Amino acid sequence: MKILVPVKRVIDYNVKVRIKQDCSDVDLSNTKMSINPFCEIAVEEALRLKEAGTASEVIAVCIGPKIVKEQILAALAMGADRAIRIDVEEQPEPLVIARLLAKVAEQEDAGLIMMGKQAIDSDNNQVGQMLAGIMGRPQGTFASVVKIEGDEALVTREVDGGLQTVALKLPAIVTADLRLNEPRFTKLPDIMKAKRKPIAETTAADLGVEVTSTQQQLSVAAPATRQAGIKVASVDELVDKLKNEAKVI
Amino acid sequence: MKTLVIASHNNSTLSPVTLAAVSAALKIGASFDIFVAGKGCATVAEEAAKIDGVSAVLVADHDALEYQAAENLAATLQANAEGYSHIVAPATSVMKDALPRLAALLGVGQISDITGVNGEAEFVRPIYAGNAIATVTSSDAVKVITVRTSAFDAAPTGAGTGAITAVDNAVDCGLSRVVSEEIAQSERPELASASIVVSGGRGVGSEENFALIEKLADRLNAALGASRAAVDAGFIGNDHQVGQTGKIVAPDLYVAVGISGAIQHLAGMQGSKVIVAINKDPDAPIYEVADYGLVGDLHDLVPELEAKLASVL
Repeated sequence: MKILVPVKRVIDYNVKVRIKQDCSDVDLSNTKMSINPFCEIAVEEALRLKEAGTASEVIAVCIGPKIVKEQILAALAMGADRAIRIDVEEQPEPLVIARLLAKVAEQEDAGLIMMGKQAIDSDNNQVGQMLAGIMGRPQGTFASVVKIEGDEALVTREVDGGLQTVALKLPAIVTADLRLNEPRFTKLPDIMKAKRKPIAETTAADLGVEVTSTQQQLSVAAPATRQAGIKVASVDELVDKLKNEAKVI
Repeated sequence: MKTLVIASHNNSTLSPVTLAAVSAALKIGASFDIFVAGKGCATVAEEAAKIDGVSAVLVADHDALEYQAAENLAATLQANAEGYSHIVAPATSVMKDALPRLAALLGVGQISDITGVNGEAEFVRPIYAGNAIATVTSSDAVKVITVRTSAFDAAPTGAGTGAITAVDNAVDCGLSRVVSEEIAQSERPELASASIVVSGGRGVGSEENFALIEKLADRLNAALGASRAAVDAGFIGNDHQVGQTGKIVAPDLYVAVGISGAIQHLAGMQGSKVIVAINKDPDAPIYEVADYGLVGDLHDLVPELEAKLASVL
């Protein structure tokens, strides 16, 4: 079984977000970029399935201009066997991304598409579900445990009230939540080895997908900031403030 | 122009977060229907019909919708989507699962987790874990939207006279089945809609010590929350996690105990009206957003607070 793992290049999760002067977007110039943390967890899970003998090959796929090779190499250094880059100038909308991934998944005859539940830049949480809908496949979102048994994936999902385990008929789409695993660290020799792994390149046109856009970002603003309040000296003072000043109890 | 609001429920009662989604729908336009998908969910439909201003309540009552699995829910909604300009749902785990799939089936985009409505095609939503707020427009013929319910007040209910109509086109895709569920049963208010939330973090120290937090929560009739660190450490279940990837809350009072205030946690609670922080580290970032900070050992302060609240409440 082949596992396809989409990875996205995003702002590093430790970097403080800056807004452009003209409020058109977030300023990503001279900013450290990384693999989206949820995508990294998905790569790790795919590798563990391969190491357990469940999967035969792990293929990373990344959508973007040449610069996204940095993230492709990171996925290859973790242990993915090969990669595909879909060349686009700007990040398409989630529906287009899902259409592109669906074409690649068909071409590769992937048995499992293991991906992050959301990207930490756009926070959309859409592509996995859209991809499953387009392909008419089952979906296991917000996964904290993934097991393959026969022709089914057993996925434990983090849902509002607790946990839910679903059985999905393969091929299926699974999206990773934070507690699925802790991704491995890559060592220098792995990074050297990654540079020799194959990266195929394709385009939206090759895949027969039209890059359309129906959404537009008009502006981006900084969130309203809270003012730091006061420190109280005792529990008595706190209770008094809550009761008589804030009036919330 | 008409909006379809998808009800959040557990087959027996309507979740109050549905009313926040209705509030968002009312800012888009006055006319809305409610869709109830479930199994044995007649009482939910009756509750939904009382929401002020609702025109019709469509009910798909089917075995395949017992858990509102995304595959079946999205296909069922697709079969009933005609005539609606907007499809709106509260951003619960069920709807976050199903709505993007529905959007793809309809061939349109989705606007996720909106916190504001500026007309029928312009919406406000947080990005970058709430560190930036985007204003976006959509030109899609049908706008599929999930709503951050903490950003909207509950719409009025009780005076509605919606007509309840059963639909018989529920879809069973046969692609997945639920094997088991571990859903926590609690007498406490629901985290997403509670007016007071008491949360514990890594500083609480152990699963046993979390009893202190629970006791304080019960004294305040509050929902119980936790930071990711506390959940990862196994002190408490994932369903209590507040933050960027957990639940987003905005209660009247948020009490953060032993929580340092990682940016991912702040993203989930900084919309709260009043924030109280109790931490032993006076420089913890949580104090930068707290209205009232109390520095000291939570193991002494929390029982003292609980006892003193008992005498004033």
